[in-house]
Amino acid sequence: MAGAKEIRTQIKSVQNTQKITKAMEMVAASKMRKAQDRMAASRPYAHKIRQVIGHLGNANPDYRHPFLVEREEVKRVGFIVISTDRGLCGGLNTNLFKKTLAAMKEWDGKGAEIDVCVFGGKAESFMHRIGANVVAQNSGLGDKPHMEDLIGGVTVMLDAYKEGRIDRLFVVQNEFINTMSQQPEVHRLLPIEPVKEEEMLEHWDYIYEPSAEGLLDDVLMRYLEMQVYQGVVENVACEMSARMIAMKSATDNAGEIIDNLQLVYNKARQAAITQELAEIVSGAAAVE
Amino acid sequence: MNTLQIDIVSAEGEIHTGEATLVVAPAQEGEVGIAPRHAPLLTQMRPGEVRVHDVGGEQLFFYVSGGILEVQPHRVTVLADAAQRAKDINEAAALEAKKRAEEALEKREEGVNYSSVQAELAEAMAQLQALERVRRQAKR
Repeated sequence: MAGAKEIRTQIKSVQNTQKITKAMEMVAASKMRKAQDRMAASRPYAHKIRQVIGHLGNANPDYRHPFLVEREEVKRVGFIVISTDRGLCGGLNTNLFKKTLAAMKEWDGKGAEIDVCVFGGKAESFMHRIGANVVAQNSGLGDKPHMEDLIGGVTVMLDAYKEGRIDRLFVVQNEFINTMSQQPEVHRLLPIEPVKEEEMLEHWDYIYEPSAEGLLDDVLMRYLEMQVYQGVVENVACEMSARMIAMKSATDNAGEIIDNLQLVYNKARQAAITQELAEIVSGAAAVE
Repeated sequence: MNTLQIDIVSAEGEIHTGEATLVVAPAQEGEVGIAPRHAPLLTQMRPGEVRVHDVGGEQLFFYVSGGILEVQPHRVTVLADAAQRAKDINEAAALEAKKRAEEALEKREEGVNYSSVQAELAEAMAQLQALERVRRQAKR
């Protein structure tokens, strides 16, 4: 049995670890709440822009934007993969990559080539390690992602689509279901699935300045960028809740280890006392 | 009814919402002033200032770095851009993102070996599950 002193040092070190995981848990919990608020904050914009697109589609039925046209033959597909920058969040990224790979493999099986655009440090290193064709990347987005950090990568993919280098575009991210569960999801970004059109009670149209086509192009670009942005924000919320859970279980585990060590320590202490007593008693007996 | 409902929203959050008597916005073709019962209008905006004349007679200023302006007779919506944007800025950002990928690409191997990567991932998953199981048993 190890000496009492060593066990005590070990307990101390586990306690220190527990303090750290406890602190990380609480930090993640507060960041998660903020990330959820941010998710809600982008909703009015999304709602409004969808309305405008629906209306533009209604008002100009003969103008077909390339983003809205389904392409028959798919030779090359694009994936935008959104991951976290840091680890310590359980199986969040691993699950996401598994889903991504399954989707990629499916397209590979159909003979399509694959381009990848990654956001987040984990996806970056993963995609490079497996040798995927990464055409654009950005990481270090932080807890408060900003649109400007995303525009670059999104523009690369949208340009590729416009020029016909890719025929489909997907975005892969974690979906926030609740604090306890997150679900990796693959969404189709391009071509845009038709926006549900509301029945127009009476026909009216906007005055367009300068032209309806230019505007539609602009609005669609923003719509797509916003979807990617929402994906990133949602992924941050997932990251934080996953980290919170992971750190909570780490804290619990540390508590268990401390309990066990404490037991061992007490036994060692008792054994030492018993031994000492026995020595004294036998010493006294020898003297008599 | 001689007021307008004004909403200024961006992808990163709601900026302002309220009633107004007049809204002045920097449209693509020049500054436009919108009073109630304006004809429906849809236009791009240049970077500039959106001025809102409040029902209380106060003036509010909001800087937007561009976006879309949507006008209906009693409702004005400013879809403000969350980021600076211009053709060249977008292109610069795109080039940047590409460059980062290319730099990292130099080290990579050719092609994706799906089966080996999937095996690797499956292993990681199994490890995670095993950890979970050990943890549960320890609890009991």
